[in-house]
Amino acid sequence: MASIEMRNIVKQYGDGYPAVNDVSLDIADGEFMILVGPSGCGKSTLLRMIVGLEDITSGDMLIGGKRVNDLAPRDRNLSMVFQNYALYPHMTVYENIAFPLRLAKVSDDEVRRRVTEASDVLELKDHLERKPANLSGGQRQRVAMGRAIVRQAEAFLFDEPLSNLDAKLRGQMRTEISRLQRRLGITTVYVTHDQTEAMTLGDRVCVLRKGKIQQVASPRELYEQPVNLFVAGFIGSPPMNFLPASLDGDRLQTPFGPITLDERRAAAVRGRDLLLVGIRPEYFEDASLVDEAKRPLGSLFRARVDVTEWLGDSQYAYIPYEAPDTIRDQLRELSRELDAEELRTQAIVSIDATSRIREGREAEFWLDARKVHVFDPQTGDNLTRDAEAGARLTQMATEDRVEQVQEAQAQGTTVGGGASRAGAA
Amino acid sequence: MSRREKTWWLIGGLVLVVYCLFPIAWIVSLSFKAPSDLSNGGFLPTQFTGQNYSDIFTGSASGLFLPALRNSFGICLIATFISCILAMFAAYAIARLDFPGKRLILTTALAVAIFPIISIVTPLFNVWRQIGLYDTWPGLILPYLSLTLPISIWTMSAFFREIPWEMEQAAQVDGATTWQAFRKVIVPLAAPGVFTTAIIAFFIAWNDFLYGISLTSTEAARPVPAALGLFSGASQFEDPTGVTAAAAVIVTIPVIVLVLLFQRRIVAGLTNGAVKG
Repeated sequence: MASIEMRNIVKQYGDGYPAVNDVSLDIADGEFMILVGPSGCGKSTLLRMIVGLEDITSGDMLIGGKRVNDLAPRDRNLSMVFQNYALYPHMTVYENIAFPLRLAKVSDDEVRRRVTEASDVLELKDHLERKPANLSGGQRQRVAMGRAIVRQAEAFLFDEPLSNLDAKLRGQMRTEISRLQRRLGITTVYVTHDQTEAMTLGDRVCVLRKGKIQQVASPRELYEQPVNLFVAGFIGSPPMNFLPASLDGDRLQTPFGPITLDERRAAAVRGRDLLLVGIRPEYFEDASLVDEAKRPLGSLFRARVDVTEWLGDSQYAYIPYEAPDTIRDQLRELSRELDAEELRTQAIVSIDATSRIREGREAEFWLDARKVHVFDPQTGDNLTRDAEAGARLTQMATEDRVEQVQEAQAQGTTVGGGASRAGAA
Repeated sequence: MSRREKTWWLIGGLVLVVYCLFPIAWIVSLSFKAPSDLSNGGFLPTQFTGQNYSDIFTGSASGLFLPALRNSFGICLIATFISCILAMFAAYAIARLDFPGKRLILTTALAVAIFPIISIVTPLFNVWRQIGLYDTWPGLILPYLSLTLPISIWTMSAFFREIPWEMEQAAQVDGATTWQAFRKVIVPLAAPGVFTTAIIAFFIAWNDFLYGISLTSTEAARPVPAALGLFSGASQFEDPTGVTAAAAVIVTIPVIVLVLLFQRRIVAGLTNGAVKG
């Protein structure tokens, strides 16, 4: 196990295009770090630079304090799970998992012990003699993970490991990976474009855009205190709504009526003209279902509902709104960058599943103004970000992690721990 | 497909098979005819005789045929083996590495393959005589390599391109050197491709006549196709057709055996299940 440090890492391709541009990132020992971003943001390239499959143009890559820029992949002692698993089709599951050990010239008894141990953890015992071609997607995925955990790697690297699974299996494997990582307490770097995976798995999440780091923080901080429009739009599903707003004293005039800002946020946006206000879907509610006590904390507005989606446990309403052309273009640009093609300016609003609001009718909504963020439409910066509150959230997540890792180590359930003792003996 | 259509396809297929196999059936039938029976006007021999076969194995033609068979096997197997090994490395480099002159190598290989043999066989004859390669095994293996290598490189690089890059990268991350990754992962995966290539290369070498007849003069190195042309009857008035046909049938057998033996390997896509499914 080791920490991974990146200092001003740059990857430039032959045509001069910087796929990764000046990335500096510290990943602590035992931490679960997520690299997330839309396609082409450089996250996979960054991962491949860590593992050594891609040359580093400039900058330093340190693993466990040692500079590894010029080391071949085999000398870095990392294990990686590939997007398409890259299992060796001519070997049985057993030999697939044992492959790294065979290369390391581990004795047969030791190989058998460790492969059995790993296959127990991953519930692959019954499939050890089968060939990968005869396994289901989820089983193949587990074999790939088995190959990764069977030896004592400094860190695990995952390159979109779940993207080839169907939705249900993906959910299961996600919790499985999370459990495994906690149990082994091993440094993990996980690349995904799926923000759900990023939010649920990561101790910290690094959001990348066009090869540059936007924000590195705990999922909670990303969600509640995003640094800019890009992060705010990327994290959260359904995504944050961005409404055009103009400043009127301490109040924001939006298509959904005026929003009153508190003292701190009002001060932050003062003196500006056109703004974008970011409101998460769940800050809205069907006005008729809001407690009397909560009602004064937000504002009420009436709007015509275009479409509603009832999902059983929740319900979404789509409310179209008008936006100035410049804002409209910018929002479209942003959604394109986020791999989503938003055709119309509409707000997605989460309302209670019991709400009787119907499509095509006008309804009254309540908007919780306490957590809205205000963005600068030109630069995309979040003007109302509370850095301290954000740092507190990440700090809390870090403490949780340390506690969990200590707990896991105290229980002595790590595969690696057992293996190392036996290996030394 | 309707029943009617199916029937037509069946009939069409049969016609094609008969058309293709007829000459072979004819040769087989000829090989069982006695010399006097050759021009009996019928397809089948009036009386089946194994005379031609015993002639080429133990009788009058065996002195010509058996050494030629040995030469053919030896020379073709060696040429196939060398060309497969060389082509494997070349194809791997072409499929995986980016180096200047990659296209040049491929086009040169193609150019060599399409170059007519007849135009180089005369100079080669003179050169071989000068340097002592004339009528020796290496003297045939070398030109056979020039026949088999281009096609081997082309087919194998196609096979190597099919193998997912990740396989090799995974092996490298797992701790393999480039050589280990090649040997333990790429070569087993490429095995069907290597087999296919080997068989094609073997056929090409096996079928050669021009080099065989031009660059040899004795049984020291003369391959079967060349020997076939030198068969003669018991007297100059007797036709050697029956013996030639029997020898032709014999030299076809290894080819058929090879195909039957490795049919599954040739067809099997070993990479099945390597990646998502």
